[in-house]
Amino acid sequence: MRSFVFPEFSIIRDEERCGSCRGCERQCAFGVHTYDPVTDRLTSDEQKCAGCQRCAIFCPEKAIVVRPSPSFYRPNASWSREKIEDLKRQAETGGVLLTGCGSDKPFRIYWDHIVLNASQVTNPSIDPLREPMELRTFLGRKPDMLDIRAEDGDVEIRTEISPNLTVETPILFSAMSYGAISYNAFRSLATAACKSGTYFNTGEGGLPREMRDEFGRCAIVQVASGRFGIDAEYLNCAQAVEIKVGQGAKPGIGGHLPGEKVSLAVAETRMIPQGTDAISPAPHHDIYSIEDLSTLITALKEVTNYEKPISVKIAAVHNFAAIASGIVRAGADIIAIDGLRGGTGAAPKAIRDNVGIPTELAISSLDRRLREEGIRNQCSIIAAGGIRCSSDVVKAIALGADAVYIGSAALIAMGCTLCQKCYTGKCNWGICTQDPRLSGRLNVEIASMRLSNLISAWSHEIREMLGGMGINALESLRGNRDHLRGVGLYEWELDVLGIKGAGE
Amino acid sequence: MDRKRRSRRELYTKEICACSIFGAMNREGDRFTGEGVMKAIASMRVRGNGLGGGFAAYGIYPDHRDLYAFHLMFTGPTDVARRAAKKELEAFLARKFDVYFDEEIPTDESVFVRDPPLLWRYFVLPRKEGEDEATADGDYMVSQIMAVNTKIENAYVFSSGKNMGCFKGVGYPEEIGEYFMLDRLYRGHTWTVHGRFPTNTQAWWGGAHPFGLLDTTVVHNGEVSSYGTNRWYLEMYGYACTLQTDTEVIAYAADLLMRRQKLPIEIVAKILAPPIWNAIDRMDEKEKKLLTTLRMAYGPLLMNGPFAVIIGETGRMIGLTDRIRLRPLTAATKGEMFYISSEEASIRLISPKLDRVWTPKGGEPVIGEIKSMNKMKRVC
Repeated sequence: MRSFVFPEFSIIRDEERCGSCRGCERQCAFGVHTYDPVTDRLTSDEQKCAGCQRCAIFCPEKAIVVRPSPSFYRPNASWSREKIEDLKRQAETGGVLLTGCGSDKPFRIYWDHIVLNASQVTNPSIDPLREPMELRTFLGRKPDMLDIRAEDGDVEIRTEISPNLTVETPILFSAMSYGAISYNAFRSLATAACKSGTYFNTGEGGLPREMRDEFGRCAIVQVASGRFGIDAEYLNCAQAVEIKVGQGAKPGIGGHLPGEKVSLAVAETRMIPQGTDAISPAPHHDIYSIEDLSTLITALKEVTNYEKPISVKIAAVHNFAAIASGIVRAGADIIAIDGLRGGTGAAPKAIRDNVGIPTELAISSLDRRLREEGIRNQCSIIAAGGIRCSSDVVKAIALGADAVYIGSAALIAMGCTLCQKCYTGKCNWGICTQDPRLSGRLNVEIASMRLSNLISAWSHEIREMLGGMGINALESLRGNRDHLRGVGLYEWELDVLGIKGAGE
Repeated sequence: MDRKRRSRRELYTKEICACSIFGAMNREGDRFTGEGVMKAIASMRVRGNGLGGGFAAYGIYPDHRDLYAFHLMFTGPTDVARRAAKKELEAFLARKFDVYFDEEIPTDESVFVRDPPLLWRYFVLPRKEGEDEATADGDYMVSQIMAVNTKIENAYVFSSGKNMGCFKGVGYPEEIGEYFMLDRLYRGHTWTVHGRFPTNTQAWWGGAHPFGLLDTTVVHNGEVSSYGTNRWYLEMYGYACTLQTDTEVIAYAADLLMRRQKLPIEIVAKILAPPIWNAIDRMDEKEKKLLTTLRMAYGPLLMNGPFAVIIGETGRMIGLTDRIRLRPLTAATKGEMFYISSEEASIRLISPKLDRVWTPKGGEPVIGEIKSMNKMKRVC
């Protein structure tokens, strides 16, 4: 059937500059560029272009420009080009529209409507280059109080302390599974996490055996509805276990790793036959209620000898705060909330762009809910979904999060351009693919350096912002809405965020 | 601003102020008038701006030493409103307490102070009924005080300990001292005092220092940048922050940690002003574990930003600065006398020849204790 959809991108090749080196042809896994030996020229099939910019960036002569196609349908406020084309694609295929990455829809980005405070006169701002500025954070259950006995100068803590994760900066790598992303991308995240004093999250695809000794100390291992790659050694080699209930990009639905991406190594790690589809059911079929979750939490604590905090990751949906409160009471030590703009390797577009609530609002309402119930210190909150820069991290923490997960930001650091074609398995950047020719493009040493540079840069910026506020330890910013003001927000939004308007 | 409609927002206002603080204690428990501390604080007049001053005096009510002394402030705009608040408060007291004695707090009307509220004191014991019977006295008192301060409009309990009292208001501290006749009417073994320099002009009597809860009082020079964080943590334990100032979080934190959780002051100091991680990481295993656990469990009570405080308790006076020591504090001894002050000069003004004068390190508490509480009782 002939497609009635315009190409999304125009490719402009500067014929003067082009040396016909065929680099673009080799770079593009979508097969956009082809060499014509007769004319010694390259031609482009724009219809196939994902707009990932791999060819443009790698062209030695900088001869290629890829930009959104200027073609348009008759302008129509109701029927945008995207709506028309999505509809056409469905008419041509009869299927669910798939997409990758976080939602690109213009939901209000609250980070951009919140401004931070700084000290003037009454409270000296602190220069983080000269004074201590502490970002160390503990993730896990905290006791309500400590029973400390001091006898003859000998101090003894009698309270039993729950296990906590220690992070040197409040930024963790979000769950991205081996299988969804390439081995090199996965290993780069692990390497950078260990180097930067933080943690990576294995996602639901297991942890390759040869990585366990080296990277277990900075790993959070996930237990998801597909239960891929789980055994006692997997759970015990890591520092924390996360039960994945939901994901911000696709709340309420499961996952599907197509058989083409299940290579031998992926199959071994996931403990499934090579080439078979790896299907994660929408719910955990042993969790149909809060008491079932409590049972699983206890089971995981048993198997890890009560030495590791248990996290539960849920998508931020309408009534999630009450649910999260139940999850804390069910024994979770960490709640990870993933908001509307959270990323994914593959999700139905209709779900990604329409289900869930923004992370910013979710953090604030969860923090408030747990405080009102007096159980805020019984768990830590890790916020995920749409964290783009260091100031987003600072704002998330001031709204009540203990730390943040970054997914898309980490992938972008490795080269991702958010072309949203992750589900095709043809990632030209070697990140979201199992094709050895493509994944080989990602050099672990370089990619992990880019990731730890990112963590370092953000940490420096967080220290600068804290110092400006006259605060020298991150724990004094947590939930400290006093240092936030809203700009251009409605009253109800300020209410949910729990912040004043600027100038108030 | 319509509070009801916007009730979900944290619409507190936090006043910011710089200040002078001074404390004097007789470690033998001998009592003395407020004259000396008034003179000392007056010498630091430039550190205040006349928008707040106050005193905490311990050992002043020996005749009622077993009763809780409530000092009440009825603020309303008119006398009628103040009397109405008083009536409402007294109805509340009648339900929850046995009131043994009450009177207007005597003041010297010849001293000019701006807009004084109606000031009254009640000597009470808790009357716990029903569910409350199992509650400890202290917890019962705290919850009732929080109820007054949040629910009864224009009535504020600003002092609630036994055999001690706070006196405070809008004015220079020496004026407040004269207004309450502290140099004539009261003799205490420990005095702390505060002169205030709020950076906004909205001065109100309840906002002056000291802040007290039961017999713990705090005078504070500084700004608590972690106020929002400290506040949410304390609210989880039932402390309502109503007095529009960051200092009350220190008083509540001291009450929570010292009275309710019974932690020794040395530990409390390490919670409010912990060492930095670089220092902790170099300590021996045992100390490292203790301090790491403290920071992990009590991180939300770290008092960030510049501060110097004097915490008063029955039989004890504690000076503490923030961990990087952004506000001044000097300690001194002379015989049985123990002093803490923002400035050395004010100590020397009332006690020129001192045995020892020193500057405490950031985050390290200086503690003065009455040597023998028995002796103190005998003297009283």
